[in-house]
Amino acid sequence: MSERTKQKAHIEFTLNGETVEVAFAPHKTLLEVLREDLNLMGTKHGCELGECGTCAVLLNGRSVLSCLVLGLDTEGRSVETVEGMASAAGLHPLQETFADTGAAQCGYCTPGFLLVAKELLAANPDPTREEIKEALSGNLCRCTGYIKIYEAVELAAARMRGEEAELPRAAVYGLD
Amino acid sequence: MTSSNNNGHGNNGAGGAREKDLKVVGKPFRKVDARAKCTGQTKFADDIVLPRMLFAKLLRAHEPHARIVKIDTSKARALPGVHAVITGEDLPTSYGILPVSQDEHALCTDRVRFIGDPVAAVAAVDEDTAFEAMNLIEVEYEKLQTITSIEEAIMIDEPRVQDYGESGNVHKKVHLEFGDMDEGFAAADHIREDTFFYEGNTHLPMEQHASVAHFDPDNKLTLWSSTQTPHYVHRALTKVLGLPAAHIRVIATPNGGGFGGKSDPFNHEVAVCKLSMITGRPVKVTLTREEVFYCHRGRHPVLMHVKTGVKRDGSITAMDFQSFLDGGAYGSYGVASTFYTGALQTVTYDVPRYRFRGLRAFTNKPPCGPKRGHGTPQPRFGLEVQLDKIADDLKLDPAEMRLKHLVKPYSLTANYLRIGSMGLGKCIEKIVEGSDWKNKFHKLPYGKGVGLACSSYICGAGLPIYWNNMPHSGVQLGLDRQGGVRVQCGSTDIGQGSDSVLAYIVAEVLGIDPFDIRVVTADTDLTPVDLGSYSSRVTLMTGNAALQAAERARELLSKAVAEKLSLPVENLSFADHRVFDVENPETGVTFAEAVVLAESKYGTIGTVGSYTPPRSPGKFKGAGVGPSPAYSYSAAIAEVDVDAETGFVTVERVWIGHDIGQSINPMLVMGQVEGGVYMGLGEALMEEMTYRANRNVVHKFPSLLEYKSPTTHEMCDVKTYLIEDADPNGPFGAKEVGQGPLLPVMPAVANAVYDAVGVRVDEVPITPEKVLAALRAKAQGKPARFGPKGVPTVEWPEPLKVATPAEGGDGREMPRVAIHS
Repeated sequence: MSERTKQKAHIEFTLNGETVEVAFAPHKTLLEVLREDLNLMGTKHGCELGECGTCAVLLNGRSVLSCLVLGLDTEGRSVETVEGMASAAGLHPLQETFADTGAAQCGYCTPGFLLVAKELLAANPDPTREEIKEALSGNLCRCTGYIKIYEAVELAAARMRGEEAELPRAAVYGLD
Repeated sequence: MTSSNNNGHGNNGAGGAREKDLKVVGKPFRKVDARAKCTGQTKFADDIVLPRMLFAKLLRAHEPHARIVKIDTSKARALPGVHAVITGEDLPTSYGILPVSQDEHALCTDRVRFIGDPVAAVAAVDEDTAFEAMNLIEVEYEKLQTITSIEEAIMIDEPRVQDYGESGNVHKKVHLEFGDMDEGFAAADHIREDTFFYEGNTHLPMEQHASVAHFDPDNKLTLWSSTQTPHYVHRALTKVLGLPAAHIRVIATPNGGGFGGKSDPFNHEVAVCKLSMITGRPVKVTLTREEVFYCHRGRHPVLMHVKTGVKRDGSITAMDFQSFLDGGAYGSYGVASTFYTGALQTVTYDVPRYRFRGLRAFTNKPPCGPKRGHGTPQPRFGLEVQLDKIADDLKLDPAEMRLKHLVKPYSLTANYLRIGSMGLGKCIEKIVEGSDWKNKFHKLPYGKGVGLACSSYICGAGLPIYWNNMPHSGVQLGLDRQGGVRVQCGSTDIGQGSDSVLAYIVAEVLGIDPFDIRVVTADTDLTPVDLGSYSSRVTLMTGNAALQAAERARELLSKAVAEKLSLPVENLSFADHRVFDVENPETGVTFAEAVVLAESKYGTIGTVGSYTPPRSPGKFKGAGVGPSPAYSYSAAIAEVDVDAETGFVTVERVWIGHDIGQSINPMLVMGQVEGGVYMGLGEALMEEMTYRANRNVVHKFPSLLEYKSPTTHEMCDVKTYLIEDADPNGPFGAKEVGQGPLLPVMPAVANAVYDAVGVRVDEVPITPEKVLAALRAKAQGKPARFGPKGVPTVEWPEPLKVATPAEGGDGREMPRVAIHS
């Protein structure tokens, strides 16, 4: 076994609202710690170089690329992953609208988009289409062309504001 | 409500589907796997972890073309934590996706052919150790001259990149001629000749390829892999590993994006299987993003020459098309790709006489293969840009000119493709109206422009990849006595929603909820063969197989319920989880009770369905590529802003009409259309797989950051029109949408750039440098164009001549004697 993996770091942090204790090789990224040491496979990876946004999670409520954050840096802080978005009461409104509108095609980039969108709506409950584009511009999606994702975010935002909203007819059936 | 019927299958076709009171088909249900994907529950290949699992790494060549003199693995083997190291000697059998090009080895045996070709693989306790061991392997190479372009491949015969093919470094040459070309060009009022170049690009799925192999103590092998074609992987593993097919199980995990890039059997898949067989432990490999670029199998760079004769009204009298493909180092799907660059030119506008010459070259680059649209976006780009030039020459409106000469529905083309429903006219009319084309074309201020282009795509290849007479898709249905329904099919969900299509169709026929159905797919142990998620075949083929299986189950249930209720079978309807009398809806049983009645009468209820495409009318050699049960149609108008100072092109909006036949789920169709426009936009403006020819043929930018693809900032607004011109061969009339809508985008953008600033960029991607070069040429009084100057002169084989249907041909090659007499 390689030299550098012999000495494990041992830390405690808040993960999806619960305190966790974990030991891991100190060079590991948060992405690796989540997937390999905490068995939370919901956080995906597309490059492991900070280029695609796929591995985004929330660290103290702010989106970070978990492939660029050392696991050690989360000590005493709070991490939220896609697994933490749903509660016993049901899916997060963003999860529901992403599922219902077809914003997740292959679904691989979806966890990253969901968390960045959650961060956006926490700061700005009524974002314009341009603000959504800006917020999501660090996340790549190869399936959707982003449009269903914008629509899902807008729909979730409206519902979180307490409005009764549905997708516009043209988004579902096309223009007449 | 209509009485029980056969739901628009087969002959009932077109009109039939529309009259039905459909409960599921045509409705925007969420996908059956959507919530799993939005909660992190979906297990992709890299999410699989097995006890005592080892990790593999592949050592890849850093030489583009070299003989392997020696490989020393001793240091790697000696590293603690390393369990196995293998090289080409351990896997001597070759494989490849097409029977005619079995030219790949999992690990190179004697030669490396591109930077990234793997030469050795290691399995170790963890990824870090495997990486360290990989770097301890010493390979001695003897450099060979590199072949870096189509032109070089044609000029330089030795050394050969591959030891087979046409000759030298030419892999394949094709020459087909349909009808009397001289007569066709003689009849023309105007003849145009143009050259175009379409740069290669890659799929760039967000998920890196990953595989896990487990060879168990019973000598059975299971491979979980991110593949679009588990059946073909199963066949390749059987050949390479020397295990009986019955002892190999391939499970395609949900693909985190495919787009054609996961359709070949891959070296890393074979390597982890072998490593697991050697170590007796599960072995996983996950490719780095850089390695994904080396897997490639993406869009072929294609150089084209197009000569088209037209009458004054723009009707085509003859078309002579030449394409030159840069295939990279291996065959992959290349022979099929070559034919595809010449197959579908005839299915949109009437082309009475047609000649195609195609050449595929071997070069020292990652192999090209099928990417969304497989071999057809390149010629479609050339064809649609040339038509725009022709309209300009003839002072015709390009939309009206196209509308006047559309291929007739239910007709046979000059190259023997059987057209079914054909909604292209409606697509054009919708976007022309929606975009206000008539007030924009030639009328916007300098720097702003609109351009139009059309296209068509197959709904599944008419022939399988290896010759056989079996169905292309099979579905098994199991009905549980408590009312559960299980659908099993070998199809692979790559995000397009194929699992959901199976559930929707079965739910529609059996009158149940799609979410009550358990879908089991892409597992060679548990599911009947489906050939895979390629060629836009899945909705049509698995859909028809599912429809047949469901109708057979319904028939059994109907008979049992009819007997119980003493009603004629024709009176029964299936809806809302009930089987009931249409004339007296209160009389009926629940769906679960119907299954109990049927199981009591017949025993365990299970049915099968399968689908085989209709036979192609073409009987000549090469007629296997192009035929399809149906063709989808698309038309697009792009509105662009061109900054004449910087050459920067911004696509502001795309209007697109797509003839889907019948939406199985309109919301998912919309998603495919938008995704297709997105990917086409990337190809039009920025995506390119390019290499530094003079610097060891190294890839210019094998990373997600530097390989430019559209972000939210570049993505344009999309206005979509769905045209439902039901096709009798589609389930409920459905046609494809996964690939077709990408096709018109690139030429529409190129044509819009011309409308905006009056210059032609006859190649993609349309980068600012190219636009500026064309603007400079125009300012200097040179042709206002950027693009290739010509195509290489090559000796083509004698044409294979086929008389067209209009000439009384029967789809067979004309005897050579007759040609020369």
